[in-house]
Amino acid sequence: MANIKLSANKLDELREVCKSFNNEKGELINVLHKAQGIFGYLPAEVQEVIARELNVSVAHVYGVVTFYSFFTMLPKGEHPVSICLGTACYVRGAEKVIEEFKRILNINVGETTPDGKFSLACLRCVGACGLAPVVLVGEKVFGRVSPDGVKDIIAEYAK
Amino acid sequence: METIKLKIDNKVVEVAKGTTILKAAREAGIHIPTLCYLHLHDLNIENKPAGCRVCVVEVEGRRNLAPACVTECTEGMVVNTHNIRVLNSRKTVLELILSDHPTDCLICAKNGNCELQSMAQEFGIRKIHYEGEQSTYREDTSPAIIRDIDKCIMCRRCEMMCNDVQTVGVLSAVNRGFMSVVAPAFEMNLDHSVCTYCGQCVAVCPTGALTEVDHTNSVIRALADPTKTVVVQAAPAVRAALGEEFGLEAGTLVTGKMAAALRRLGFDYVFDTDFAADLTIMEEGTELLDRITRHLNGDKNVPLPILTSCCPGWVNFFEHQFPEMMDIPSTARSPQQMFGAIAKTYFADKIGVKRENLVVVSIMPCLAKKYECQRDEFATDGNPDVDFSISTRELAHLIKQSNIEFNELPDEDFDHPMGESTGAGVIFGTTGGVIEAACRTAYELFTGKKLQKIAFEELRGMEYIREATIDFNGLPIKIGIAHGLGNARKLLQDIKDGKSEFHAIEIMACPGGCIGGGGQPLHHGDSSVIKARQKAIYAEDAGKTIRKSHENPYIIKLYDEFLGKPLSEKSHHLLHTHYFDKSKEIKTVE
Repeated sequence: MANIKLSANKLDELREVCKSFNNEKGELINVLHKAQGIFGYLPAEVQEVIARELNVSVAHVYGVVTFYSFFTMLPKGEHPVSICLGTACYVRGAEKVIEEFKRILNINVGETTPDGKFSLACLRCVGACGLAPVVLVGEKVFGRVSPDGVKDIIAEYAK
Repeated sequence: METIKLKIDNKVVEVAKGTTILKAAREAGIHIPTLCYLHLHDLNIENKPAGCRVCVVEVEGRRNLAPACVTECTEGMVVNTHNIRVLNSRKTVLELILSDHPTDCLICAKNGNCELQSMAQEFGIRKIHYEGEQSTYREDTSPAIIRDIDKCIMCRRCEMMCNDVQTVGVLSAVNRGFMSVVAPAFEMNLDHSVCTYCGQCVAVCPTGALTEVDHTNSVIRALADPTKTVVVQAAPAVRAALGEEFGLEAGTLVTGKMAAALRRLGFDYVFDTDFAADLTIMEEGTELLDRITRHLNGDKNVPLPILTSCCPGWVNFFEHQFPEMMDIPSTARSPQQMFGAIAKTYFADKIGVKRENLVVVSIMPCLAKKYECQRDEFATDGNPDVDFSISTRELAHLIKQSNIEFNELPDEDFDHPMGESTGAGVIFGTTGGVIEAACRTAYELFTGKKLQKIAFEELRGMEYIREATIDFNGLPIKIGIAHGLGNARKLLQDIKDGKSEFHAIEIMACPGGCIGGGGQPLHHGDSSVIKARQKAIYAEDAGKTIRKSHENPYIIKLYDEFLGKPLSEKSHHLLHTHYFDKSKEIKTVE
């Protein structure tokens, strides 16, 4: 018999979330959304618990998690980096900025560095189009980022 | 009933409100090709995700073509099923599917039996105009089923079978866009999932994406090895379906030809799983009576109902999903395993062959049997009671490979002693059969009277969940029957909730029972095939001189010479088993 391991208070919190949605199957996306808020990501154990609480198959939960780009099964880094791919940022070269982050951090979008410091994600428009291309690290906004400026941003957090 | 009039290909058609264009066309004798669509109407199973778009038709006044499988007819609708726009679109759709599909048809397990291949042939596809990347995914091999997802066309039939019909919940569409595949949770391999190996996904897969693990080569090697004595057993449902692989009409019984073919393949002893089915009845029927008697005498520790345990898909299901109910199924092994245990002890001694030199092969309508015979508890010092289990389809391949003209074969008998069986053994192959066989024996043993009527019509049929009460000389015995794991779940849940009270329940994992098993010739969506096989099984039973397991002379002899009596110590050791909790438990950690 295999076991699913979770800490007791996290498990209670997760069950509470499911309960707040009346353990309804149709609320799966909302439950996952809240759960990711609690854990920062959606590890297999969390999906197993949610599947049981909502009485759906784990495969189905995993199907939903992998379908929506918002959900992630990897823990976010200490400094989550998000690059805006909205139209303004895109035409001003956001893609090259992404490439540079990927090159320096040696990870792909959606991944976290092995030391847990940085994770890389894309988002659509933060409403600062005048500053395009825009990069967010945690809550902090960096504007008019050029590929050359990427190493300085990383250096600022790498300490 | 409210009806609607519409025109399909200039033909005026009148159908019930809510009818789809596809159904209306079929009723009018107009063929619209389909690929992802599947409808097993006798079993009430339907898959219509409108995913493949092969069934598109033109509806006048509508801008886009409509998928016929999900578009409902409306009053005055004018439908064209094969004008140039429709034909071109279908061809494009098919070419696009093929552009992301391997073209290794010649060496594919489904070669000649693939719905995509037939459709490419039907449409006259000679060139694929779309070049581009092809999706690739690792191959997943389990003890019974192989997933080769590169060949998947996302028809979602397997998903529908696994989730809606069987409620096992292993398969789901995961990932997105070009990366999407049908896979178990976390894309783990099947053998790490809660898969029961019922094989219903394989039974409906239109392509080679889901196939059985093929053991025919191992069988050929064993047959060619002069140091081995090779014994074969064939399950009851095989004889009612094997003929289909040789062009015979569904429901043609080929018992005699099958025995002849097995002999020509070189098996040293051609035996019958039906013999072991009779043995199962002796053990399970006695266990049933024992439990009921003790229960009636006030021993409340005796759990009722007793559930049948012949079906390995069902055993896997409750080990994973109902571990708290593991004490209610009978402890009797399945006929396949009883056969193996007796063959490698009693029979091996009789012919003076050492266990390790005796190879037992089983021909099964089932894929879960492949897993069952590999279970550790069914081996002695690493030597399994049943060495290889091959499906009805694999046997057909073996016969074709060996230059045997199946249809020209004479009818031959099985060998003795393990080839003798009764009508009760035969009906194990269909839903309702195991419990009817048990009733025939249990009634006579319990009441000491002869049955007036051997056939228990009240236990027969195709309804998913059936109930009947059998009068055991004034004692009403309540029987439940479920086929299809989703229905088994319903019945189990009712028992758990204390909503239903039965003395005995028969469960078979596959819709229809073993006749609809995952290893049978493919029905390609025609459920009348399964009905025809059921009819054949009952016909074989009716034609038997002996129809009650306890009257099988070789079974009587087996108890006299070797086992003693049912539920004896020897029987327990060789013919009974125990179950394992395979569920996952949620544990908290600091």
